[in-house]
Amino acid sequence: MDAIDFRTDPSRYRHWRLECEGPVAFLTLDVDPAGSLFPGVELKLNSYDLGVDIELADAVQRLRFEHPEVRAVAIRSGKDNVFCAGANIAALARASHQHKVNFCKFTNETRLAIEDASEHSDQRYLAAIGGPAAGGGYELAAACDWLMLVDDHRSAVSLPELPLLAVLPGTGGLTRLTDKRKVRRDRADLFCATEEGARGRRAVEWRLVDECVPPSSWDAKVRERALALAATSDRPAEAQGIALPPLERKIGDDAIAYPHLRVALDRGRRLATVTVTGPTQAPDAAEIYRQGATFWPLAVARELDDAILHLRFNEAELGIIVLRSEGDPAAVLVADALLDERADDWLVREIRLYWKRVLKRLDMTARSLFTLIEPGSCFAGTLAELCFAADRTLMFAGTRAGDNRPAAILTLSALNFGAYPMGNGLSRLETRFLGEPESLQRARQIIGVSLPAEDAAELGLVTAAYDEVDWDEEIRLMLEERASFSPDALTGLEANLRGAGPETMETRIFGRLSAWQNWIFQRANAAGPEGALKLYGTGRRPKFDPERV
Amino acid sequence: MSDSATVDYDGLIPNNVGLNADPRLRRALESWHPGYLDWWRARGPDGFQDSLVYLRTAIGVDSDGWAKFGYVRMPDYRWGILLAPQVEGRTIPFGAHKGEKAWQEVPGEYRALLRRLVVVQGDTEPASVEQQRLLGATAPSLYDLRNLFQVNVEEARHLWAMVYLLQKYFGRDGREEAEELLRRRSGDRDSPRLLGAFNEATPDWLSFFMFTFFTDRDGKMQLQALAQSGFDPLSRTCRFMLTEEAHHMFVGQTGIGRIVERSCAAMREAGLSDPTDIERVRALGVIDLPTIQKKANLHFALTLDLFGGEISTNAANVFNAGLKGRYREDKIADDHVLTGATYAVVRLRDGRIVTEEVPALSALNMRLRDDFAAEAAAGVERWNAIIARAGIAYRLRLPHVAFNRRIGEFAGIEADPDGNLLSAEEWQRRRDEFLPSAADDAFVASLMRPVTEPGKFAPWIAPPRTGIDGKPGDFEYVRLAG
Ligand SMILES: [Fe+2]
Ligand SMILES: [Fe+2]
Repeated sequence: MDAIDFRTDPSRYRHWRLECEGPVAFLTLDVDPAGSLFPGVELKLNSYDLGVDIELADAVQRLRFEHPEVRAVAIRSGKDNVFCAGANIAALARASHQHKVNFCKFTNETRLAIEDASEHSDQRYLAAIGGPAAGGGYELAAACDWLMLVDDHRSAVSLPELPLLAVLPGTGGLTRLTDKRKVRRDRADLFCATEEGARGRRAVEWRLVDECVPPSSWDAKVRERALALAATSDRPAEAQGIALPPLERKIGDDAIAYPHLRVALDRGRRLATVTVTGPTQAPDAAEIYRQGATFWPLAVARELDDAILHLRFNEAELGIIVLRSEGDPAAVLVADALLDERADDWLVREIRLYWKRVLKRLDMTARSLFTLIEPGSCFAGTLAELCFAADRTLMFAGTRAGDNRPAAILTLSALNFGAYPMGNGLSRLETRFLGEPESLQRARQIIGVSLPAEDAAELGLVTAAYDEVDWDEEIRLMLEERASFSPDALTGLEANLRGAGPETMETRIFGRLSAWQNWIFQRANAAGPEGALKLYGTGRRPKFDPERV
Repeated sequence: MSDSATVDYDGLIPNNVGLNADPRLRRALESWHPGYLDWWRARGPDGFQDSLVYLRTAIGVDSDGWAKFGYVRMPDYRWGILLAPQVEGRTIPFGAHKGEKAWQEVPGEYRALLRRLVVVQGDTEPASVEQQRLLGATAPSLYDLRNLFQVNVEEARHLWAMVYLLQKYFGRDGREEAEELLRRRSGDRDSPRLLGAFNEATPDWLSFFMFTFFTDRDGKMQLQALAQSGFDPLSRTCRFMLTEEAHHMFVGQTGIGRIVERSCAAMREAGLSDPTDIERVRALGVIDLPTIQKKANLHFALTLDLFGGEISTNAANVFNAGLKGRYREDKIADDHVLTGATYAVVRLRDGRIVTEEVPALSALNMRLRDDFAAEAAAGVERWNAIIARAGIAYRLRLPHVAFNRRIGEFAGIEADPDGNLLSAEEWQRRRDEFLPSAADDAFVASLMRPVTEPGKFAPWIAPPRTGIDGKPGDFEYVRLAG
């Protein structure tokens, strides 16, 4: 497979149409069967692969930034007799385990982004299920606020993964049934074990959908519901959106360059070093709209997001991501102050929410994350979140002989205390200090204070501080040691340690549903030569190992 | 930097590691050094710190540098950091990395394993100094007193050698471990030394000689195995330590030999033909051979425990990783990878002692222990030659490996020195046949009276054949202060 590119825009969509009509946008799924990322795979019945979902993620993102006037989005099908048949099985069967897991993670992130848009950006989502919605098709609908199902005595919603494919509805399906839609567990059990799913009144009664609508009034009702959802939104009707032009990006053999971020790829050491550059000049409130996508906080968030996705999908063997920064921490703090003071501005709100999602994307990245705070770095406020997202953060104490840059500092801003909650609903600092609330209190009191390494270490904000004498060797040993451990065990270890704190639907999706799904994906009952995924479509019945594990 | 930066470290600390040009290492040593001197004063030889001791000091690794003799007050001893010369193009001699270039830096992958090896070895060095700290008060001669102190300062230098590795190559963790080496205390209930034998008392000179014969030989075997290491600085450090270790074993070999010689001579002079007639032999003021045998039993078993479990995953790991080889790995003709080889191990199976072939990688502790036992047995034969020359019918021997063990296959059972399994009651009943009894210890203790006149020796030990550094018999090896 060629390298996967996450950059797209509506003019290049093959599978979706995005049409805005005042406060309502229609996002129409009309999958091009010949447009799979996997050569030879036919995307029948609006089934999707990663390529389809990349477009969806792009659309959801653009709707937020480019269309402040859109208050409700209706997801519908462009095909007559199907809403969406879910993830394409032939593509799944072709994909490596690594791709399956990352695909699943990305689609989950996109559905959570839909829910985030509704909950925090007041951009509501409506699922207009005008035909059968199976598996991932129903899961996509379940991410919306309101699910309407056409009552044509034919169209059903279903989660047939278990009976049909011997896997789970892994794109949040199981979790949303119980946690979001609060479907009774025995009914959920019945529903998930029934290939044909549920239609009409039963689907409503079981809370699988919110309403059933006869075909005759379908179009009118969809519009009516969309407008009703739009009415609950606070999005500014008069505001002008900002365009998200294609990211500038140069990919070389061992480096990727963006305007504000670069990635050095060291395949020998299985290491990617991501260096974020701070703002070249302090951002100015008056400039936010004029700068638009070049406004530093937004530009960096987009580049970081793209870099993470690129590394996840295209550089599977680079097991360690080292996070660095370069620039003036004071300028970062000016940007943070803007993001803090103008939190009510719709665009600032979007930027903050985007940072939240990017950081969560980092949290969910199955690579060892090490942040290095060195002289010349600008880990302050929002960028300091990279220190708290990392598995370990090392800080350079003092200066280096022959380097006239001042000693490294770490600075907190108000945004470190709630602007960017993790999947568990808590800030990274709150999660870090779950067992020592007094440390969180102390951290609050030093907002804006430039902390040298000794202080940062003393406050528990970094893992360790090393001076010139130790730095190079400690870092080398840490990276070499990490590279020597089992990548699988590291993935498990990191996911567990990063996931402290309370459970939410989101943590349950990634921590429970995905983990089980990834296990099932590895088992012969699903993925073996006689397994259900492999035999799907051949007419042959899978052979199951009867042993319950 | 503190004002100690003015110390000329190359002058104060003999070294061939470019100490003055390595600020990182110097700084680490500077902060460790005062604690070390405190340790030496508090836990090193009790008394004698102001005496002038005729010691050899290693100031270089070439033939004229490694043994400079002269009178020195022990606290002024110039503990140095000396590595055997680097071998150009050296490769990793064994394990999964065999044939790759030897590591000059710690491979991150093996950082923890290597640090553990260095810490365990390092912990034994000061431990023996602590165990022997009271012996100066009862030395049988100035010659022996000097040898004790020579062993002590060299063990302390071995501590330096390991501290050097920790500080130079293991970053902050290494420095913390170096401090810990000074903090643990032999026999301390709260912070004992890491290995059992190094927490045992060395109450008398017979024990001291046994310790240097057996336990220093374990040290030698471990150093030999580490000298093969693919981590070149460890290899070079250990190779140089081995030159010193040889003297320690000489002290043990000849110390016991001189005791045996004196006991036999006394028996002959008195016309005693039965060496097991303990009371009559003891009445002569010398140590009877059966008591020497019991002491050997005790020290041999304690030392075997130092080799760890017969079947050891850890030993396999460190070998496979290229960190610790076998005794004289470079002289062994096999593939040096051992993934397909087996080795015979004595094991306990269903209450019987049997020999079993096991994967060679997991039996590396056993192999090193066998090499040790073979060498120790050869040393015992030299003592037997002395007994035979005196015309006494008695043989010293090594007990069975199952005897009195606390670690490994035989930790849970009791056996006599022939390897016959004993019930717990029988062991209790017969223990004093095999191991020194309270009365034996009391008798040996009663002989421990210092002799401080040059050229004179306690009546239970013969003088050595030759002096140290070619000195005459009445040479004043230690000039006692005050
Ligand atoms: Fe030693
Ligand atoms: Fe020794």
